[in-house]
Amino acid sequence: MEPVYLDNAATTPLAPQVIARMNEVMQQTFGNASTPNYYGRKARAILDEARAVIAKSINAQPGEIVFNSGGSEGDNTAIIMTALTHQEQGKHIITTSIEHEAVLQSMKYLETLGFEVTYLPVNQAGQINVDQVQNALRPDTILVSIMMVNNEIGVLNPIKEIGQLLQDHPAIFHTDAVQSYGLQDIDVRALNVDLLTTSAHKINGPKMLGFMYERADLTLPPLIKGGQQELKRRAGTENVPAIAGFATAVQLNSSKERSEIRQRLQSYKQLLLTLLDQADVEYVVNGPDIAQTTPNILNLWIKGFATSILQIKLDLAGIVVSGGSACTAGSLEPSHVLRAMFGAQNPRVEQSIRVSFNKMTVENDIIKLADALIKIVRAKKG
Amino acid sequence: MSKKRVVVGMSGGVDSSVSALLLKQQGYDVIGVFMKNWDDADDSGVCTATEDYEDVAKVANQIGIPYYSVNFEKEYWERVFEYFLAEYKKGRTPNPDVMCNKEIKFKSFLDYALKLDADYIAMGHYAQLIRDDSGIVHMLRGADANKDQTYFLSAVAQDQLQNALFPIGNLQKSQVRQIAQEAGLATAKKKDSTGVCFIGERNFKKFLSEFLPAQAGEMLTPTGEKMGMHAGLMYYTIGQRSGLGIGGNGKSNAPWFVVGKDLEHNILYVDQGYDNPLLYADSLDATDLSLIAPATIITTKFHCTAKFRYRQQDTGVTVILGDNDDVHVEFDEPVRAITPGQEVVFYQGEECLGGATIDRAYSKTKQLQYV
Repeated sequence: MEPVYLDNAATTPLAPQVIARMNEVMQQTFGNASTPNYYGRKARAILDEARAVIAKSINAQPGEIVFNSGGSEGDNTAIIMTALTHQEQGKHIITTSIEHEAVLQSMKYLETLGFEVTYLPVNQAGQINVDQVQNALRPDTILVSIMMVNNEIGVLNPIKEIGQLLQDHPAIFHTDAVQSYGLQDIDVRALNVDLLTTSAHKINGPKMLGFMYERADLTLPPLIKGGQQELKRRAGTENVPAIAGFATAVQLNSSKERSEIRQRLQSYKQLLLTLLDQADVEYVVNGPDIAQTTPNILNLWIKGFATSILQIKLDLAGIVVSGGSACTAGSLEPSHVLRAMFGAQNPRVEQSIRVSFNKMTVENDIIKLADALIKIVRAKKG
Repeated sequence: MSKKRVVVGMSGGVDSSVSALLLKQQGYDVIGVFMKNWDDADDSGVCTATEDYEDVAKVANQIGIPYYSVNFEKEYWERVFEYFLAEYKKGRTPNPDVMCNKEIKFKSFLDYALKLDADYIAMGHYAQLIRDDSGIVHMLRGADANKDQTYFLSAVAQDQLQNALFPIGNLQKSQVRQIAQEAGLATAKKKDSTGVCFIGERNFKKFLSEFLPAQAGEMLTPTGEKMGMHAGLMYYTIGQRSGLGIGGNGKSNAPWFVVGKDLEHNILYVDQGYDNPLLYADSLDATDLSLIAPATIITTKFHCTAKFRYRQQDTGVTVILGDNDDVHVEFDEPVRAITPGQEVVFYQGEECLGGATIDRAYSKTKQLQYV
């Protein structure tokens, strides 16, 4: 029996239509999209088509979409290249303490180069507000990088308000949209973001692929140097079948479908909590009220149960959830997000699990998870 | 009936790899767990834990078992490493592997495995367990005399062994390698690890100096002749030859050895000759006696054999149990370089009876100046 997969914030399965499209393209052409020949043109046509689909999905122009290897590369490029090209104007950067490691490690790297980074703290619900950004802003602030949706607790950051605030400030605004793209509605013009990074495999697309939206008048030099692909903004021959599959994954989630998916996944969150309540499982939701978080991520403190044990027990029972991010040698690192919310000493930092859905999740998955959790909790009590 | 669950401690070495394979073949529900006991992230060198974990992943996938990693860095630091440092501070030579088995592998890891609903834990040690009619577990030497690891397991107690399995204890190392090779395991040809787990292959002296301030002092002959300076008593072990930097400028050309320590006055005693009489003891006192099957020891004085360090030949001894967990041991013949801090481990034939930590050594009832 296939295990129940509820770790979709880590990665999602490929949608069957994506697999079909990738197969189709792989059989159709192998061409290098940058070469001026029969095969290259065929590949180029598919690439252009995919780029147009993706640009439209966030209200951008095709020329503003740079395909890359995914969220980590996008974050590295956006942050490091912005800093390096704007250091004449200043060396101050604002971010939050609950960003993805791809952002935090890029910041750490910039600190070694003499940049100064302000890490906005979060409240106990994992939230920041626009006033904090305003208070941290300085004349020499060159970059603000704040994720749209947090990958561990699903909190939604006030990107639109921050975008408005930054209209009157020259700082570049980057948002890591890896956990929101394809599920939330994103309009880069309305949000007033300059750089936005995504990943294909979080929305039923292929791995090691994503794109960075780069506003047309920005001219960031490439992080990956070499050939002139992607309008000289990212070297390397494009993986055309994967990109075509990505476009298919995006098309599958139209605005109407996104809305339906959000509603359905939100109801799963509520269902899980109701089932746990009915069984008297002692838990607390990490994060704000579930109505204020992304519908696909739920982080729970299961009182008295070490994350590592709980995650393994569920795995052995055929239920896949997340126990935090793997650090060296496969052991779990206590979540930096939960530490930022509650402090390193709080027991919930090491007694929490993350459950995350995607559109292929079904109600029965939630029931199976609840059953398994209840069984584990009762076994310990009994 | 559902299969019995075994949680195997997998180190990324060939012994634990084959242990997991054999258990799987025997029909157990096997789970591999890698223990990360030491944080070497801030070291400039290669992180061996990461490489070892990679090997665990490869082997577990080859065998077809789930694998996980557990972090016991905090437990290891508090219960093994702090003891290790404290012993060195006292001028003794501790055995962290004995402590690691007692406190981590057969305590923290055992507790962890039980939480995962394990019926047994298993380790790739060369030791054998048998259960007698009354349910008491006895520990026998590993079948491969050259690899026998009962010395390191001597402080593990009966209740810790009740649920333990040593799947390769009845095999020769060469057989273990052969099984791994025939199964094509990724670790089949991996070099055996040497040295203490947290120090690895690094320079021991340098490692220790990072944690304990070294206090240089005088190096004297037993008659008080000054031979130079020592770099810190903790760097020297009774009977050790190398590293004194004196050469043959003595009464003869015979090499120099550490023959004693005076912690109070920070003096290192050295003298010539491997067989120097100051290196020979005929009895010792030890504490923290731990018997594997205490119920089977019915007299307070008995004759058996003993090892005073790993891989040493057994010596016949008479054991006299004290009132608490202390013990006096008299040797049938003098033994060289009895070292405070090390374990004295007792055997009756093939059975390991347990051990105690050496405190003092005597020659003809006179205490030797070893700390």
